[in-house]
Amino acid sequence: MLVKDYKPILMDGAYKKGEWTLENYLKKGGYEMAKKVLAMPRDPATNNVPAMIDEVKKSNLRGRGGAGAPASMKWGFFDFKSKKQRYLTVNCDESEPGTCKDRVIVTYNPHLLIEGMLIAMHTMGIENAYIYIRGEYVVEFEHLVAAVAEAYKAGYLGKNVLGSGFNFQVTPHRGAGAYICGEETGLLSSLEGDRGYPKIKPPFPVVEGAWRCPTLVHNTQTLSLLPSIVRQGGETWAKLGPQKSPGPMVYCLSGHVKNRGLYEAPMLITMKELVYELGGGIQDDLALKAVIPGGSSMPVMKYNGSYVGTDGKEKTDSLDMQMDFDTLLANNSLLGSAAVIVMHERTCMVSACYNLVRFYHHESCGQCTPCREGTGWLEKLISRIYHGKGKPEDVDTLMSVAGQMSGTTICLLSDSCAMPVGAFVTKFREEFKYFCENGKSMVKDAIPL
Amino acid sequence: MGFAFNDEKRKQFDWLVTRYPTKQAALLPALRLVEAQAGGVSQEAMDYVAGELDLPPAFVYGVFTFYSHYRREGEGKHIVMVCQTLPCALKGACQIVDAFKEHLKLGVGETDAEKLFTLKKVECLGSCTTAPVAQINDDYFENLTPEKVRDIVLALKNNQMPPHISNGPSLEGGCKQWMPIVEAYPEGK
Ligand SMILES: Cc1cc2nc3c(=O)[nH]c(=O)nc-3n(C[C@H](O)[C@H](O)[C@H](O)COP(=O)(O)O)c2cc1C
Ligand code: SF4
Ligand code: FES
Repeated sequence: MLVKDYKPILMDGAYKKGEWTLENYLKKGGYEMAKKVLAMPRDPATNNVPAMIDEVKKSNLRGRGGAGAPASMKWGFFDFKSKKQRYLTVNCDESEPGTCKDRVIVTYNPHLLIEGMLIAMHTMGIENAYIYIRGEYVVEFEHLVAAVAEAYKAGYLGKNVLGSGFNFQVTPHRGAGAYICGEETGLLSSLEGDRGYPKIKPPFPVVEGAWRCPTLVHNTQTLSLLPSIVRQGGETWAKLGPQKSPGPMVYCLSGHVKNRGLYEAPMLITMKELVYELGGGIQDDLALKAVIPGGSSMPVMKYNGSYVGTDGKEKTDSLDMQMDFDTLLANNSLLGSAAVIVMHERTCMVSACYNLVRFYHHESCGQCTPCREGTGWLEKLISRIYHGKGKPEDVDTLMSVAGQMSGTTICLLSDSCAMPVGAFVTKFREEFKYFCENGKSMVKDAIPL
Repeated sequence: MGFAFNDEKRKQFDWLVTRYPTKQAALLPALRLVEAQAGGVSQEAMDYVAGELDLPPAFVYGVFTFYSHYRREGEGKHIVMVCQTLPCALKGACQIVDAFKEHLKLGVGETDAEKLFTLKKVECLGSCTTAPVAQINDDYFENLTPEKVRDIVLALKNNQMPPHISNGPSLEGGCKQWMPIVEAYPEGK
């Protein structure tokens, strides 16, 4: 199968002790691509490298942080006219439940990220960059710091890098435990030394970001893909995988599969291949019930029968669905961060939904009423159902509260809670109803959650 | 009792301040330095940091309390953080919490009288493919079972290195914070 022939780029060297060093990276041809880009001329009017911006455009690279926005679009909106400083910020906050890929890149392949950053910095005319890494990742931070120190010593960072006349400075910045700092504007508030409060967009960070200067924010994985784009050329790179979702993706497979883990693959892989081939099938050979395909914020897929959609039509979710950005969107879900959470038949969907709602309520920063109160009401409602005190009308109330939380807030955390709740209730309505009417789960031998 | 950075932390702090266009931006890292030096962030230390960064103390408290991962003063020497979010829950996080409660003889959110342990339930630790997971101080313990929990707690109670640490290859000598970069690139702006 295609996936087996694929040679990983991001997960290269993963879990090998000592693999992270500059010496090893140089042996693999490391920093050659940064050298190539540093030799490309910058346009003095905009202080950027048009040829490299063009390569990224040709590559069709889409951001790996969750939204799947084309990188070239973000770069295209960057305010090159501004006379202010420019910044690059790497999002290594990685707190979306189910997601755990960036930490492996940072621990085992940190120079790949640094080379990607160098490429982005030279291309965009940026001299200062920060890597925002979540506070819980201590060993990961240690590796990052060690690699950045090596890069400074070897002259890949610092003053007049490789004789280019440009200074490139990178500072790892440690967070301290807050999911909302993964949201790009929350991240910037936190970087500035404040509470991680998201800010209203527009202005977008590429126009007014860190310290109100143009700032490029990318996920760790997105930037780590840049060296391979330079190596292969944008056009060739774009040929791996579906036309609109090219390049490798790291799928984080968790929950009830036999072989959980990180799988780097082109986005041609289907849900079935992920769960049954790479994942080795369902734990204890039980039946598959549901899969969250892209991190906890994304609508769940139902695999134990059909359901009535919000449009009143009967639907079934397909296991043959290809795991790329557009196919998932067409199937009323999203690929998000490609964190695939698998649930078997003994999982109670009311309990699973309760768990997630508690998470979002805990992580809401509290700035917007629909989010702060909405996540709280949802938690109270589901808690009531879960504790056997639900009323029949609670199922509709859940949908109505969730329905009022979308599109009315500063950031998308509110939607990230409303979306999965909407999908859980719509697709597993009979379970919610049963729980309300009988005061207990419809699932036999449900595992405790 | 007042707080002041020791020489090594002072060196890092002075360097950190040069890394950002504003002094305020060094606040989160500075609190990390306090934590590493004192084992917890006290009000005196926050006042000290506020003074160093020309910030109102109330602002510093506000920022500090927004974040859940800093060590608070009065917490145990070992902070046990058990992940309870869905991917961990699916793999038995409930049993792991119960095992810690049993072996530590503590409820969630409690600290023992000797201030050796604090037990917390936390949200996704970013290690979902190796669930269930707990973090104790800087270390991750993955693919936990109630038996592993028993052995870990026993070792910590006996002041020994706990078994089953699984957060990959830690570098020698523990986390030196930003020191390696300070040494590699000491010059300021
Ligand atoms: C509530 C919320 C949490 C987020 N958490 C993360 C995160 O942990 N890591 C990440 O890379 N992006 C996260 N994002 C997406 C970022 O806002 C941003 O879109 C992303 O870092 C851009 O990178 P990309 O263009 O490389 O995808 C989050 C978004 C929201 C709304
Ligand atoms: S939507 Fe929620 S998390 Fe986002 S800014 Fe508003 S209150 Fe904060
Ligand atoms: S859910 Fe526990 S580590 Fe992600």
